[in-house]
Amino acid sequence: MTATTLTRPPAPEPALSRAVDVQPVSWTRVLRSEWIKVRSLRSTVITLVLTVLGMVGLAMIAGAAMNSRWAHLDPFDRTPGALTQHLLGVVFLGQLAIGVLGVLFATGEYAHGMIRATLAAVPRRLPVLWAKVVAFAAVAFTVSLVATLASFLAGMALLGSHGVSLGAPGVWRAIIGAAAYLTVVGLMGLGLGFVLRSTAGAISSLFGVLLVLPALVAALPQNWQDHISRYLPMAAGQAVYTLAPEGASMGPWTGFALFCGYAAAAIALAAVSLRYRDA
Amino acid sequence: MIEAEHLSKRYGERTAVDDVSFCVQPGLVTGFLGPNGAGKSTTMRLILGLDRPTSGRVTVNGRAYAEHRAPLAEVGALLEARAVHNGRSARNHLLALAATHGIGARRVDDVIDLVGLSEVARKRVKTFSLGMGQRLGIAAALLADPATVVLDEPVNGLDPEGVRWIRNLLRGLALEGRTVLVSSHLMSEMALTADHLLIVGRGRVLADMSMAEFMRNASRNIVRVRTPEATRLAGLLVGPDVTVEPVVEPGRGLRVQGVTAEHIGDVACAHGIALHELMAEEASLEDAFMALTADSVEYRGGGATPDPSRTPPEMARSRS
Repeated sequence: MTATTLTRPPAPEPALSRAVDVQPVSWTRVLRSEWIKVRSLRSTVITLVLTVLGMVGLAMIAGAAMNSRWAHLDPFDRTPGALTQHLLGVVFLGQLAIGVLGVLFATGEYAHGMIRATLAAVPRRLPVLWAKVVAFAAVAFTVSLVATLASFLAGMALLGSHGVSLGAPGVWRAIIGAAAYLTVVGLMGLGLGFVLRSTAGAISSLFGVLLVLPALVAALPQNWQDHISRYLPMAAGQAVYTLAPEGASMGPWTGFALFCGYAAAAIALAAVSLRYRDA
Repeated sequence: MIEAEHLSKRYGERTAVDDVSFCVQPGLVTGFLGPNGAGKSTTMRLILGLDRPTSGRVTVNGRAYAEHRAPLAEVGALLEARAVHNGRSARNHLLALAATHGIGARRVDDVIDLVGLSEVARKRVKTFSLGMGQRLGIAAALLADPATVVLDEPVNGLDPEGVRWIRNLLRGLALEGRTVLVSSHLMSEMALTADHLLIVGRGRVLADMSMAEFMRNASRNIVRVRTPEATRLAGLLVGPDVTVEPVVEPGRGLRVQGVTAEHIGDVACAHGIALHELMAEEASLEDAFMALTADSVEYRGGGATPDPSRTPPEMARSRS
């Protein structure tokens, strides 16, 4: 350490080069940023492709199986509504993937410390959440719609002459409703991800609420179940793509509205957590 | 310019930042120095509004960070090497950050060039070394051409060439009139880069002074004298700027500050006092820093305890 390294010319008057064109942060700019984040992860793209392929593959197996067992199906199961609903059972698989992606879209920021860079760029914070909701919903709905439509068409093709056409009553509602259900599962995961900040915690909570809660309710006395079961998140949400209801279930749109309410609650908690907790 | 007023941050029981006030000036590299756990990183997080202060406030260029319309143009920050999603490419990471401020791909490619990552810009960050991650963090910090740059331990993990690159970069940013706050726990690194020092320990400001002043204080000589006539010699040496204190066996040894060894020898000779030992101790910057922060080190290895008797006493009190 010598003194020569420490003698320096005096600093000049501040004269910043403003060669870079910088715009104020705006909602649409944050949305563009989140859109770049959604599409720039290879793992997300791979998961989405596999999800679509998995759902369509499963629907084809279901279609082929029903076709070969046609003679043994009871009359109720042969109705267009029951057939459609049976094929859309592949949503059960899809919700695992879309739910996990929703969680990861939030917790990925925390796991990698990226949230600090994100919030340093958008220190008002909430626009990040809204932009993530919109960007994720757009991707999830598009991909889910492709998956549910393709599952329906492929499954019905393998049902051969027994297949139901897209024009049958309620079919479009079921296909679009199933895609909407998947999207909202993902948004619920996104909200829980921001609240819990841990991938494992958020995934267990999401599927605990969706899948485990109904099993727990099933342990209650029958007359309690009748009052509770249909209002549980998954049952309420699935009403939107149910064409042949068995037992007491909510109407498609009231059920879906309740399901959206659950997701909105998760996202509201996420907003409070993001806004007020230290990053 | 970064101004903190009575800034405090507690995490539960632990006080990370304790009533800290300072002002970081433009046109200078300010070294933010302190042992691990001194509150440097927390202070930087408070500056960026990532954590909410328990009390007090901190402003950047006159406003709280979050109130700026284009915050990345006010402060560019490197907080940790990897504030990046591992699965994303360096370029996409920067594009996503740039998009929030409407900054185009050309500027992204420019900063990638600037930090020397052009060849790996499209590779996933997962594959990056620590040093490459650090360069990516610096690229992110410079993205919006910020007036203030805040870097937390930027030389961590860099090879010697990278360390030198950082030094030149910091000097260059300050010369352009920007405010540069750079943290380190290494005095030796700061000695080569910083114009001004802000030294913290246990969440408190221990010193806020120019590098030149710190050096003047640190290099103030202390002379140890051993003589059978210590009391008489002490009487001859003591003066307005000279402190003399007895050491070892009282009456036989002195610790003198404020005069040179030569002067003491001459005085002793002129008065016929025998000297058995005359030794100038020169504290290095490192010693001065260690002494200053000795009480605030959280984790210490055995054996390497700095000697607190070597603290230049003015150091701890002096504020500029």
